[in-house]
Formats: sequence, structure tokens, C-alpha cells
Amino acid sequence: MAETPTLVLAGAEEAPLRSLAAYREAGGYLQLERARAMTPQAVTQELIDSNLRGRGGAFFPTGRKASFIPSPDKVARPIYVAVNADESEPGTFKDREIMLRVPHRLIEGCLIAAHAVQSKRVYIYIRGEYLAEYESVQAALDEAREAGILGDVEIVIHRGAGAYICGEETALLESLEGKRGQPRSKPPFPAISGVYSSPTLINNVETITTMPKVLELGGEEYAKLGAPPDSTGTRIFCLSGNVARPGAYELPHGVTVRHLIEEIGGGVPGGRTLKAVMMGGSSFPVMTPEDLDTPLDATSLGRKGYFIGSGVVTVIDDRACMVQFALRAGQFYMHESCGKCTPCRVGTRWLVQLLRAIERGEASERDLELVLDVCDRMIGKCLCVLGDSDAMIVASCVTKFRDEFRAHVEHGGCPFGHDSQLDGLYAPVDQHAHAPAAEAEALV
Amino acid sequence: MSAPDVRSLYDEIQAVRTRYPEGTRSAVLPALRLAQERYGWLSREAIEEVAEALELTPAYCYSVASFYDMFHLEPVGRHTIEVCTNVCCALVNAQAVLSAFVRELGIQPGETTPDGEVTLRAVECLGGCSTPTIVAVDHRYRQSVAPEDVPAIVEELRNG
Repeated sequence: MAETPTLVLAGAEEAPLRSLAAYREAGGYLQLERARAMTPQAVTQELIDSNLRGRGGAFFPTGRKASFIPSPDKVARPIYVAVNADESEPGTFKDREIMLRVPHRLIEGCLIAAHAVQSKRVYIYIRGEYLAEYESVQAALDEAREAGILGDVEIVIHRGAGAYICGEETALLESLEGKRGQPRSKPPFPAISGVYSSPTLINNVETITTMPKVLELGGEEYAKLGAPPDSTGTRIFCLSGNVARPGAYELPHGVTVRHLIEEIGGGVPGGRTLKAVMMGGSSFPVMTPEDLDTPLDATSLGRKGYFIGSGVVTVIDDRACMVQFALRAGQFYMHESCGKCTPCRVGTRWLVQLLRAIERGEASERDLELVLDVCDRMIGKCLCVLGDSDAMIVASCVTKFRDEFRAHVEHGGCPFGHDSQLDGLYAPVDQHAHAPAAEAEALV
Repeated sequence: MSAPDVRSLYDEIQAVRTRYPEGTRSAVLPALRLAQERYGWLSREAIEEVAEALELTPAYCYSVASFYDMFHLEPVGRHTIEVCTNVCCALVNAQAVLSAFVRELGIQPGETTPDGEVTLRAVECLGGCSTPTIVAVDHRYRQSVAPEDVPAIVEELRNG
């Protein structure tokens, strides 16, 4: 396993691989040439054989998704490829690393994907806040176009304008169509009716950028890397929080959480101990220390009720008040709820109100049950997974750190006082005058 | 950012429209962005100008603009300072960085200094979690910002 090479970030380990000349020297665009010499079906078959799965969080088999796209002779409408570069899951910064360090590999992946589904038009939807990343990809795209690499495929970069929900694939398509970014009800799925009611293949940046390497190795060889059969290949893990060496580390699936945090990340600094891990992103249950030896692959994590998500591993040390942590996570979902469906629009607010009351010591034991009850009424009942995400992380904090929550009730306030590193936390919902749930105090 | 465009906003928007299939509304977001870059914020007049260029109603353009966090429907300062306050930055004390800006600027998050120079905002995760605290100064990320870096950043903007 130690021998697994860097794939997605290959050639950019030391310095970014930005120019076309440098990328070509590292073997860039050779796989596109090979792909174009193959039939679209053969390219899709390589993706199927590799068992590459979506790196955005849903882990859906990429090759199968591509195979759902009808062939052009069967549909009257054009076929589109949409690249999800709306990276906004708290703790995630891998797509940003890709766009800054190997932008041409992303472009090459786009063109390979376009060939696989016989599309002539690719949209890259980049989150609005990513300015340097947009400039990096735009520069690579201009260079590739100038060099005639695009052929008859057009790639358009579409910038978002600040909305986490647009990372949800159907909300992204709505936003791309010039609308408010509110998710659609599914089915139909994007493969049948995506952007402009046309068949659309939509993939995350890391997924797309892996495609040239799948072709280079061959699908079957790629499938041997990582933790087969389900979690093949590598993953750019996003290590952050209370850890000595945070960073984006591309590693094979299957290394343990402990290995990533302790060996690669240098462990928890300052002589503190680990209390919890935000595993996969803030949209999933938090991990407790007894599960640190779990391998980072979807199957092993799934067995213990965790998710690999977008590869997030955020370390929380023992100073943290987990009520504050749950509250801050909840405030994010309240801020980002699009308001289209009731369980999410209302539920995210209720959770913030309740968690704030618990943190202030103004809640009773019954309110802890009420939090779980609200979570229960959100999970599986929202239009998209945003509401479920909020409910999952909050419920996991209450369930796994029940004593801490209870201590707030008994104490009549936060037992951690100012010792928690999250003390005094502030959230964007606090600065909106129209957010009655916020009840924020002025900062000093 | 880019070199000053001598074209009118109308012409810029028409150029953007060609990137998308005819008959679609996809140019709304880039058009609103162009208007905001030109005027600093999206006033009623700016939205009407965008609507006219796109042959849409102002109400439609306003409904889109109001959905997205980066569009300003009220005037903002000449500079913006956006401090990430989400969990990864919060775990390494983004609160102290935000408070330092509050003290240095004498305003609360969401407010603009009385001279109209600087708007301070608390924002959600900016995707720079390995180098906290991330502060976007006029949309350029500053990494690993500590409270003691704050006076110099404010000074730089005041002189810039």
C-alpha cells in the first residue's frame, strides 16, 4: 500500500504544474489522445472497470453514471458535461488544490469525460469565492484552446456567487441555468434531464481529474489500488483542525484515520488529546477516539456508521465543548438552507435555537430529547441532503457526547467556560438582522 | 482585478451571453457579477440595467441576486474583509481574528466603516482549512492570519 503512487496530484508534489509545457513534459494530454482513439463505450468501460467512485461525497460509481447518458442518436437534445467545482463542504479544500496545482489535468479529464459521453459542451461550475482557482483554470483552458487541444469541444467556466447548496447537483444545474440555486426533486436524474432539460453527466473535480490516470493505468490496474473492491484508488484527504501538520494529502484508500492524523499529520499539538474527528465533512456523524483505527475507505467507515464524504478529517482536541461544535455546525446549515422544503428550512432554525439554549444553560433535559426528535423529523424527509446533513452531525454530537450536553443543563451554563477553543464562536447567521434565531451578542 | 473595461455594461453582458445557448437565462449570474464589479453593489438601478440587457424583468434578476451571498443589495465599502468563522478555522481561534478586526475597525461584522472604506463580514468555510484563519481581503485569500496580523492588514487597506 505504501507503494501507491500519487495520481491526481502527480508531478505537482513540489511545485504547481501550471503551464501546458510543464504538464506535457509530465505526460499530459497523452491519455486524451489515447481516449480519442478509443470508442466512447471503451472509455466508459475503463471507468467502470476502475470502479472509480464520486469524490464529491456521494461515492456513486463514475463509470455507471456515464453509462446512463443516452447516445446522441437516441436524443434530440445536446449532451452536456458539468463539473462540480463548487467545493464548499466545511473542511474540504482538495478541489482547490487540484485547480491551483494541476489545472491542465482537470481540463484533460473534462475532455476525456466529454468523449466518453459524446458531449461537445462542458461547464465547469466554480464556487464564486474561488478567485485564484478560477484564474488558474481559466489560464489553463485558454492555453489548451490556443494549442488546439479542445478540438470541437467547448469548455465554459461558470462562476457561482456564494451558496453552499449549489454543490448539490440539481441546485448546481438550476444555478447554471440562471436561477436561484434550489434543488430539484428527483427523478428525473441529470443523466436524463440535466441542464436545459438535456442529458448531463455531472462529476466532482477530483473525480474528473482522476480520469486521465485511470486510462494511463488501465481500469483493471487502477481497481487494484487502495481498498478494493469498493474504495479503489487514491483520495486527497483534507486534514485540518487541532493537528500539527494540516494539509491535503493524496493517499490510497484504506490508510487508517490514526495513521493520517498521527504519522502524517504529526498528531495533536500542545500535549492535548483527541476528543473527536469531523469525519467526511460537517455533514456526517462525528467520530469518537475508539474508532481511530478504522481504515479510510467507504466500506470500513460505513460499518461503523461513518462516511468518507469529501475526504475531510478535522481533528478536535479535548478542550472543545461539543455543544459549541454542534451549534456552529448547525448555524452553517441554517445559513445555507435554501428554504425550498419545510423540514430543512424550519428544522435547521429549531436546532440552532435549541443548541443555543443548551449552550447558555437555559435548556432542560427534555430539550435534549427534543433536539433528537427534530433531527428525526428531518432525516429522510428533506428534498435534498442538506437537512439530513445538519441532523446527522447534530444528532451524533448529542448521542455520543450526551454527558457533556447534560452537564450544560445541570450546570446552568457551559461547563467549559472560556477553556474551550470554540468559546466566543460567531457565525454569519449572527450578522443578519432578519435571523430571529440568532440572538447574537455584539463582539468586543 | 482586470483592466478597466471601456465597453458599456450592456456590451459586456451581450458578450457573456454568447457563452450560453440562446434562449437560456444562464448569463444572469455573470451579468450580476459584472454589474457589481462596476458599481460596487447591486442597486435597484444596476439590477434594472442588468434586466434590460438580458431582456428579463428586474424582479426576476432581483430574486436571483437575493439568493446568493456574494451579491450585495446594500452599499458596501471600497474594500471587503471576510473572515472565515466555520469550524476548522474556529478550532484554531478564528474568533480572536474576527474580534481583532472588530476592535481595529470599530464596527461589528456585517457593517461598513463610517468613511465607507471597509466592510467587515463573517463568512462560512472558504476552503482554506489547512492554513487557518483564512481571511479574504478584496477576495484574495490571506492564509494563517493571526490576531496580531490584523492591524497591518487594516493599515494596508486604509493606505491602498
